[in-house]
Formats: sequence, structure tokens, C-alpha cells
Amino acid sequence: MSDEKPMTIEAKLGLLTYKNDHQSHIKIMQADACLKCEKKPCVTACPAKVYEWDVAQKKIITSYENCIECGAARMMCPYNNIDWVPPRGGFGVAYKLG
Amino acid sequence: MADDKFDSIVVGAGPAGVAAAITMARAGLNVALLERGEYAGAKNVQGAVLYSKMLADVIPEFWKDCPLQRAITDERIFIMTDKSAIQVGYKSIEYAETTPANSYTIIRVEFDKWFSKKAEDLGVTLVTGVTVRDLIRENGVIVGVKTSEGDELRADVVIACDGVNSILAQKAGLHREWKATEVALGVKEVLALPREKIEDRFCLEGDQGSTTEMLGDITKGMLGYAFMYTNKDSIALGIGCAVDDFQRTNIKPYELLEELKRHPMIRKYIAGAQPLEYSAHLIPEGGYKSMPPLFTDGMLIAGDAAQMINPTHREGSNLAMAAGQMAAETVIEAKKQGVYSAAVLSAYKKKLEVSFVLKDMKDHKDIEDEVRKRREMLTIYPQLINRAAHEHFRVDGEPKRVHQKRIMKMFLKERGLLNMALDAWAMRQAIG
Repeated sequence: MSDEKPMTIEAKLGLLTYKNDHQSHIKIMQADACLKCEKKPCVTACPAKVYEWDVAQKKIITSYENCIECGAARMMCPYNNIDWVPPRGGFGVAYKLG
Repeated sequence: MADDKFDSIVVGAGPAGVAAAITMARAGLNVALLERGEYAGAKNVQGAVLYSKMLADVIPEFWKDCPLQRAITDERIFIMTDKSAIQVGYKSIEYAETTPANSYTIIRVEFDKWFSKKAEDLGVTLVTGVTVRDLIRENGVIVGVKTSEGDELRADVVIACDGVNSILAQKAGLHREWKATEVALGVKEVLALPREKIEDRFCLEGDQGSTTEMLGDITKGMLGYAFMYTNKDSIALGIGCAVDDFQRTNIKPYELLEELKRHPMIRKYIAGAQPLEYSAHLIPEGGYKSMPPLFTDGMLIAGDAAQMINPTHREGSNLAMAAGQMAAETVIEAKKQGVYSAAVLSAYKKKLEVSFVLKDMKDHKDIEDEVRKRREMLTIYPQLINRAAHEHFRVDGEPKRVHQKRIMKMFLKERGLLNMALDAWAMRQAIG
């Protein structure tokens, strides 16, 4: 194991089964709040790399289809700016082992 | 579905919800159990250790057909630095000589499917793929739920077992959002390994199992710990830390897990193992002081939704099952009177208070606060005791009394007598 390369988050998420909804269950409420947010903990602490800072557009892009539904983003955001609800019935990640 | 009325609606088919549904169905109540996953367990993540007592209270002789992994005979704690570990543990085959054993490892999704099937066999209407988004109130009293698709379902009483991200507790006005200090974020991998290898590496016979909790440098000063549990032919390896610490440090949880997998004390255990699944989950670790009110007119809350976790003892699903059962018993009694007011449902809180659930939660209510106040303990002590052990075992031609003096000096220099006394006092007070 020590000789192997670290497993990327993309490879970890690749192990999972999702049923994707066409609508997102995550909303950034005020785009302006992210401009003054220095540390952007959502980008680093989300365990599924859902949140990415788009330098050109100066906003957070959410890849909601990656979400593994821990819900941490709500508490992680220093501006309480992430509106996260569980996906609609039957959608989202489906753990096989849990 | 809109025309149906049930005696009770349980939201969430986890340990609390299924235990509640089973208990009510046995008493002849007409129960709907709503689950947002495609199947029970689809959204659920746990280490996972199952404690027999609380499950046997709900399903006597569960061991006859429950999908169990290994009977835990070995409980270990590793206190780690980046290059070393103090390894302590208690191993007893006595744990595996009784049926049931004290605890077992389980694969949560398999367990939840089995547990919810037991509820269905008793007449519970299990509806999967339904996300509950709101409550229905009449004259201020909760009388049902609304789904994400706009369907309504009515009942005399709702039991909210919708987990750490409970929507219902908030909709009922029983709690605001958790604070970042009240929840921990855990990430985990299940790694496939042939059972002979697991038994050799962990010194286990047959279906005996081991658990390892790990503290120290691996959390990089964050409040949390890691775990490694043996299943039959897989290992569950995970790490969890307080959400405010992830917020403060900008550490990526999946990178923390990768570092753990490469740690020199861990990597040989999992060498050659194939990752089967990656998962993440919030653990409500705010404890007693973070618990919302547990009942209101027409609704009760149980399990993670109510912060029922004892992190110092790695317990949660057992508290959930016991609380689910007590919530159900309260509803059964309320049905006899035909009244589901907060006053009647307050019997639930009294049941929890007499049980281990609230006693344990009260006894451990200050532990996380105390550790947060003295956060440096998390890194200083693992370092100090590892260095002390290193000194103790090292042979360098110097007499042992010189080694002992060095150890004493190191503790006094790095932490000081007063601080050590304060640490000990704080922990003694916190653990009760």
C-alpha cells in the first residue's frame, strides 16, 4: 500500500452508485457572501469535492451529483450560505455497505 | 397515499425508526415507516459496531438470522505519533463464548435491510424512496408529513428518526441548525481482504473480531479519532473530526484518510486490500447540552436527530434503538388515552431519564468542552507518552535511573506539574 499512489477523491467517488436528479438539492444562497469568505472551508472540507471556486466567474460551482449526503456543508459555511436539503425521494447516493 | 391515515408515522428506517416501528406494530398499531433511500440503509453509514443488548430487547434471538460479521473479542486503542504507537487493548475469548456476544461488527446496509424486513413482517408499511420535507399541523398540533413530491400522509403521531440532518426537528421548531462544534465529520473506506489474511494480521480465530480506535497525531490536532474494525472479509477504516476543526484547518477529510492508510502502524494491516466503498457521515457529538426538546404536540424525536450519541464510548446506534423503543412505548400508552399532547408524550423523556440513555449522556456532557479548552492535550500527551515508552525500552549503556529522570524531566518541561494536574482534574470531572 505504501508503494502505491494515494487514492484520489475522484477514484473514491468512482466506487459509488448514484441516481442523479436533474435538479440540484444544494443552493448557494448569496453569491456575494463567497467573495468575502477567505478560507472557503466548503472547498476543502467537503468529503466529496462538491464545491469548487471558479476563479473566472468568482463564484462557487456546486457539483451536486457528487454529493454523498453527509450534510456537513450547512455547518461548514461560515456565512450559513449553503442551503442543503436531502435529495428528493430515491435520488442521490445509494450506499451498498454503509 | 393521501387518503391513508396511520396510528403513527415513523420517518427514517435506521436503528431508532425501525425499533420504534417494530415495537408499535407488535402492540397492534398501524404504522407507516418512511425512508428516503431507495432501500433501507441506502443513506446510512456507521463504523460499525452493533451492541447486542439493545437489539435483543427489540428482536429476541436476533443472532439466529441477523447478518453479523464478527463477534468482537479484542478492543484496542492506539495512541499514535507519526512514527510510533502505544498499543493497549483488552482481549477476551469469553466475549465470544456467550450467545449473543457483547458486540459484533456489522455491514450497516445489510443490517438495515434485515432490520426493516423484520418490521415489514410484523405488518409495518415500509415506503422507500420518500423524502419527507415538512410537517402537517392542525391547530398547532402535528398530524402528519409532506413529502418532496407534495404527497401528504396523516397519523395521530409522528416519530422523527430522520438522522443527524433531521429536517423534522427543525420544521417542528424544536431546534435550530447544529453549530459546527456540535457535529463531527467522519470518512471511511471498506477495504476487501481475504478472511485468512484478516485472521492472521489481527490474530483472530474463526468469526472473532477486533476493533481498534486510534488517537494522536493522525488527527493533526483536530478533535477526533480514527477506527479500524474487522469484518469477515473486509476492514472498515475511518477517521472523524469535529466540523469546526475542518473549518479552521482547511484539511481535506479524504486526504486525512489517505494519510491514515499510509501510517506505518496501519499500512501493513490493510496491505493489498481493495477499496470497495468510500463514505462520509456526520456524527452528532454535541452531547447532552445540544439535545433538542424530545417531544412536542404530536411528535417525538429519537436517535441521531436528537443527538443521542456517547462519543467517549463509541456508542450511538444502541442509544437510538433503546430510544426508538421508548418513544414507541410512549405512543402505545398515549393511544390508550387517545391523547398525543406534549404533556402525555413527556413520558418519553422520563423513560429516557431512568434508562442508560440520558444517564450516560448527562455523565459525559462536558467532555468535549473540556478537551476543546485544553486542546493541546490532544497532541502533547500522545507525543509525551510515546517518547516516554521509547526512553523506557531503549538500551544505551546509561543506568535505568537516568532514563527515568529523563522521562520525568520531559513531562515537567513539556507540560508542567500544574498543567498536568489541571488536565487530570478536568478529565476526571468531565468523565464523572
